[in-house]
Amino acid sequence: MKVTVDGVPTVARPGQTVAAALIERGQTSWRDTRIGGRPRGLFCGIGVCFDCLVVVNGVPDVRACQRVLADGDEIRTQRGAEL
Amino acid sequence: MYPDVVVVGAGVIGAACAHALTAAGCAVTVVDRGAPASGTTAAGEGNVLVSDKAPGPELDLAMLSRRLWPALADELGDIEWEAKGGLVVATTEAAAQPLLDFMRDQRAVGVDAREVPAGLVHELEPHLTRAVTAAVHYPQDAQLQPVLAATALLAEVTRRGGVIRPHTPVSTVDTGRDGRVRGVRVADGVIPCGAVINACGPWAGDFARAAGVPIAILPRRGIVLVTAALPLVVRHKVYDADYVGAVVSDDAALQTSSVVESTAAGPVLIGSSRQRVGFAERVDAHVLRALARKAVGLFPVLATVPVMRAYGGFRPYAPDHVPVIGPDPRLPGMWHATGHEGAGIGLAAATGRLIADLVTGAAPVIDLAPFRVDRPAVLEAA
Repeated sequence: MKVTVDGVPTVARPGQTVAAALIERGQTSWRDTRIGGRPRGLFCGIGVCFDCLVVVNGVPDVRACQRVLADGDEIRTQRGAEL
Repeated sequence: MYPDVVVVGAGVIGAACAHALTAAGCAVTVVDRGAPASGTTAAGEGNVLVSDKAPGPELDLAMLSRRLWPALADELGDIEWEAKGGLVVATTEAAAQPLLDFMRDQRAVGVDAREVPAGLVHELEPHLTRAVTAAVHYPQDAQLQPVLAATALLAEVTRRGGVIRPHTPVSTVDTGRDGRVRGVRVADGVIPCGAVINACGPWAGDFARAAGVPIAILPRRGIVLVTAALPLVVRHKVYDADYVGAVVSDDAALQTSSVVESTAAGPVLIGSSRQRVGFAERVDAHVLRALARKAVGLFPVLATVPVMRAYGGFRPYAPDHVPVIGPDPRLPGMWHATGHEGAGIGLAAATGRLIADLVTGAAPVIDLAPFRVDRPAVLEAA
């Protein structure tokens, strides 16, 4: 299964969440904070904390720990709060 | 010499009373059955509003509080005070004229209220629905973070030598042979005092009953939706003109009216609901749906924004929707400061000042007769 992360083609396995795929490729941060620009990635891992937000196929604020990847998904780093 | 005072309730009202009383020179102990600012204070939006009040005693209280909060905010440090202003919008033809009439009455008593011409409303709020039939801007409306404000007030009380005792339930009031308050009973004994302030919010009726002087204070449920952090899409306190009708309604059934605002941290808060369900803490999906639907009506851009969580709480209300502030004539030394319904954050500054004036014998700066305890709506319904 092929997806892209910030435009880079990446292999993912069926059933994997966005967070799992990102961590597997060694990435621990995929968003920065709105005010301080500090890095954020997986925190609670169970969909509660809304820290692991990421842009998937142009939609911001997707929880990387909850979103199961589909073939062709385009994952993009989220810059602070996006609409 | 002023009496030693025990303030029961460490929410924003109790904290503001303790702050004003210590400023006036009283020795104050604040007790709360739980953690400070963990009840109604933690369940609101931080409204400091004049816009939603018709001319009358509550507006007088709100105007006084609005004058007092900026100095308190300066003194207390960061309580996320934002004088962002309010924008009240009518979205139906039928609602337009009542909103403008309401504004005219408020202007007559000194509220800064400005009709916004149709062509300019989206300069104030670019994402607002195009279906606006009338809009009024209230520059005096403001916002603060209630838990920060209450805990900062209490920190100042401590700095002045006051004592805060969290997790200390009060069972009743102890009286002397002369019938006056001489202490409050807690698990490990009696805290001696000459005055007790009942600042228990929606639980003020329970405490008053335990002290033998029942008052009619009831809980009114409210729920708030919290979105993920957003760029600045809502600049003011924005609410639908039907909000005022929901506030003054006596209907027990669910009422919702859209109130939308951003917070300093980025999430948008979406209210408001009013239900009389006792102290049932349930969060009903149909309430959340109604809130979300109405908010999207005001700000269509919110339709695709994720909701991060919801929280609920209880507003303390008196049957006549007027706060209860003053001495209890049935029990010398007992004072009540409650019944602020959904406006307690905003009204806290004035309430604290007035309670301190009353306890120390100073002349209150506004007429307190409308807030007196011994009025039929408060005593007979209890």
